[in-house]
Amino acid sequence: MRYAIEAEGLAKRYGETTALAGVDLVVPPGRLLGVLGPNGAGKTTAVRILATLLAPDAGRATVGGFDVVRESHQVRTLIGLTGQYAAVDEMLTGVENLLMIGRLLGLSRSESRARAAQLLDRFDLADAGGRAAKTFSGGMRRRLDLAASLVGRPQVLFLDEPTTGLDPRSRTDLWGVVRGLMADGVTVLLTTQYLEEADQLADDIVVFDHGRVIASGTSDELKSTTGAQVLEVSPLRADQLGLVAKVVEAVVETPPEVANGKVTVAVHDPQVVPAVVRRLDELGVVASELALRKSSLDEVFLSLTGHRADAKAVV
Amino acid sequence: MAVVATKAVPVERRVGVGATVRQTATLAWRSLVQVKHNPWDLLDLSIQPIMFLLLFTFVFGGAISGSTGDYLQFALPGLVVQNALFYTLSTAIGLNTDISKGVFDRLRSLPIARTAPLAGRIVADTFKQVWAFGLLMGFGMLLGFRVQTSVAGVLGALALLVVVALAMSWMSVLIGLKASSPEKVQMIAFSAMMPLTFTSSALVDPVTFPAWLRAWSEVNPVSYLADAIRGLLIGGEVATPALVSLLWAAGFVAVFAPLAIRVFRTRV
Repeated sequence: MRYAIEAEGLAKRYGETTALAGVDLVVPPGRLLGVLGPNGAGKTTAVRILATLLAPDAGRATVGGFDVVRESHQVRTLIGLTGQYAAVDEMLTGVENLLMIGRLLGLSRSESRARAAQLLDRFDLADAGGRAAKTFSGGMRRRLDLAASLVGRPQVLFLDEPTTGLDPRSRTDLWGVVRGLMADGVTVLLTTQYLEEADQLADDIVVFDHGRVIASGTSDELKSTTGAQVLEVSPLRADQLGLVAKVVEAVVETPPEVANGKVTVAVHDPQVVPAVVRRLDELGVVASELALRKSSLDEVFLSLTGHRADAKAVV
Repeated sequence: MAVVATKAVPVERRVGVGATVRQTATLAWRSLVQVKHNPWDLLDLSIQPIMFLLLFTFVFGGAISGSTGDYLQFALPGLVVQNALFYTLSTAIGLNTDISKGVFDRLRSLPIARTAPLAGRIVADTFKQVWAFGLLMGFGMLLGFRVQTSVAGVLGALALLVVVALAMSWMSVLIGLKASSPEKVQMIAFSAMMPLTFTSSALVDPVTFPAWLRAWSEVNPVSYLADAIRGLLIGGEVATPALVSLLWAAGFVAVFAPLAIRVFRTRV
């Protein structure tokens, strides 16, 4: 078996709404696939199908070689799922939440206890383990939720927007945990709206929009698919911003974006950099910043879809 | 760990009976252990029936039956029925909370029997029903209620209540799966159960009802259940009302079980 997760032509409709319109994806064992896309792109629907919670209308998918529809029980023995919201029983303590999962998975009472203690320790929840989960902070609940999905030592883990709504520190902590799992050889499919998250964690990325995969590849490959690097120039004197914009436009022959005291433009030919520098020098403009960098995933997303990826901007 | 199990590795294809029972017990434990951390929960479950008992006995008792003692003797079996029926909806509330919090999805993603989450909750709610029955009987007796039959009568009443409540929990499951929020379930509970119990013979003798309402109370299933429980606790006819109650229960299962199972299977 070549792939831990393999999906072909997955489609799902809810009445008039098409959630998935034929999605193909593969994840080799031990890799992390980042599924990137705005709200409503079909990410969660894809995860729910792969995690056996939802049957597709068309297409097929296997996890660990087992068909997610016909062999759903076997699939469930291999997977762990952490959904968009922390799926913990708020009335139970942290320990009890994990004990419950352990017992459900057929571990003995003492094995369940040992596993719960081990996971609480690993997720920095040992002190809070005896408290009801409803007293936990958002970050603690997410960690408990993730711990719950690891009780059965899954080989394939689905993380559906695991950091949505978390503060930056909790997010960074969670990234650390995911990296730890990767080191254990777990295959992960992670959905996210955050380009930075995919950039940080994913070996491979697929970009979803309107229920389709519109791009796929490594982070670097995606960044180069726009065929562009980005030139950024900030003048030392703010009143020269307009002048800099004119210079850049004249050299690059595309209208740049001017914002936050910075002129930004996609460039296809690195030769333009010395030309811009020369021209600015002739005009006596001093640049406080002048850089050529790879386009960010955000810019890739914009060029692929025509809209930005952050949740606010999504219609 | 990097190696993903292949089809050569034997993986159980389905869940056996023993495992199903164990998983149901674990999930029932999970519903019951919550009470330990939330004594309020138990109080909640206990305060409402006691409040109804006190209010009905001391506020309406004299007006309805001439004395609070006479009324208590008449109304306690009805209050027991009312409370049991109200309580069947807690299954819906619990299930709906699990769904809206994502716990239901977590459970469904585990290699456990598909029925365990439902069965576990129903088992736990049955325990709570028994508790509420015992509490009302105990409190009623403190206030002067006397069982005029026998221990067998009391156990029979409890058994009948549990059977009917189990049958009704199918409706509760359907509501729990369909309702958009736990608050909605509360609202449905209140607006359906209140009129249903009040227009029956549970709390008053329907002779004073207007003709049309009396006609309704004579077919109202709650009347039959109340009459049966009353018969079992203080004497009177049992066979017919108990039989009709059981037929209603069977009807409930026949209608709501297939609907609930269908929604449960296709639940997205």
